[in-house]
Amino acid sequence: MKIIVIVKEVPDTYGERKLDLETGLADRAASEPVLDEIGERALEVALSHADANEAEVVVMSMAPERAAATIRKGLAMGAASAVQVADPGLAGADLGLTARTLAAAIRKTGFDLVITGNLSTDGSGGVLPAMLAELLDVPNLTALSSVEIAADSVSGGRDSDDGTMRLSAKLPAVISITEALPDARFPNFKGIMAAKKKPFETLAAADLGIDPQDLSVAASIMTAIAEKPPRSAGVKITDEGDGGVKIAEFLVENRLA
Amino acid sequence: MTEERDALIQAVREFADLELAPNAERWDAEKHFPVDTLRLAGQLGLGGESVREDVGGSGLSRLDAVAMFEELAKGDTTIAAYISIHNMVAWMIDTYGDDAQRERWVPGLAAMTDLGSYCLTEPGAGSDAAAITTSARRDGDDYVINGVKQFVSGAGSSAVHLVMARTGEPGSRGISAIVVPDGTPGLGFGRNEEKMGWHAPRGHQRDHAAGRRAEPSGRGRVTTNAGRAVRDRRPSTRDLGYA
Repeated sequence: MKIIVIVKEVPDTYGERKLDLETGLADRAASEPVLDEIGERALEVALSHADANEAEVVVMSMAPERAAATIRKGLAMGAASAVQVADPGLAGADLGLTARTLAAAIRKTGFDLVITGNLSTDGSGGVLPAMLAELLDVPNLTALSSVEIAADSVSGGRDSDDGTMRLSAKLPAVISITEALPDARFPNFKGIMAAKKKPFETLAAADLGIDPQDLSVAASIMTAIAEKPPRSAGVKITDEGDGGVKIAEFLVENRLA
Repeated sequence: MTEERDALIQAVREFADLELAPNAERWDAEKHFPVDTLRLAGQLGLGGESVREDVGGSGLSRLDAVAMFEELAKGDTTIAAYISIHNMVAWMIDTYGDDAQRERWVPGLAAMTDLGSYCLTEPGAGSDAAAITTSARRDGDDYVINGVKQFVSGAGSSAVHLVMARTGEPGSRGISAIVVPDGTPGLGFGRNEEKMGWHAPRGHQRDHAAGRRAEPSGRGRVTTNAGRAVRDRRPSTRDLGYA
């Protein structure tokens, strides 16, 4: 079984995240780049399956060339190979172009199962898994909080405010997972030293038949951009016997009730 | 700095941030020696940093090791110090032990499923290796050790104690390092010493209480002349200027 895990280099979740107001792109120099934690968890799902079963795990990312070191962490954790789509023409790609590019790379690599996080920490789009499934024309199980992988199917649970659901699909399929799944393993020294000997394929958009400037495909356009306003002080309600009423009024006034 | 070295140090930083820093204050307050966390450190590869790879070591350079201890010390200085001491034991057996000693002890030390204690300091001699009075007398294949050690980090949790004892002439050249497995008859532990800000590694305990019993206080097998090894390997938080 071949499992592809989609990973992403993101600005450190605990650092400052900034947009470049000229280009509208994330300012990648503003904080330390890290492997997105949700992608690490997705990789852990794949690796723990591979620990006990025959499975080849591939980490895949669309990212600038300098993200190679971050992607290699996936190899250090235990993935067998990596595929990076690195192309200056893809800078600022919207979700549609990202999905088309990754779907082409997934098809080229071959897969039985694609595992992604439910949404990235930086873009927080959350629709990429569904777009990939649509483009690959395979079933999609989203937001799984538990995963069981069998020889020809994948199943799992999804938690919502109203209850839990059991979902399953025949392979090949695309699944996305939530933070309910376990923390990823640490890459150990042996893994880090083995990582540099593992296959690492770097592809350009043209290798995948993707033209980032293709105007026949719908794409999103950024019309305005602004800095996030600084946080202002909140409203403090002092309870003088009528605190509950005041809070209720506040909620109604701000249409939060 | 190479990308690989960067990745190694990043891995240690993550370990220190997630596993050491959030717990350091509590471990010190509760005098807790975090054996489970040390197992994780072993899985990472921190148990035998400079140990050869055929016995499970990571085969890293001294420079790599110093950079790693810098990261560990940011998380918990005392546990970083213990791990450095444990590494001295693993390295010394790997370097000076015979094949049987290497195969018996080093894989477990490298994985930190076995912990090591380095028994040098004595109540009367401090860490002045040249002045120790603990003696070791040859008895067949073994040595019979008599003496008292103090401030033995990890004592009580360790599978192996590396005991510096005098086997020859006065001064540093007359000292050997002797492998004493846990459970060796006569090996005994005293009270956990009070050491301000240095509680977690149990850097304590009087070891090998001579004279408490009629029987010999410890038997072990000789590993090496210890003087040079101590000079070479006394590492790494000390390199950072703590100690």
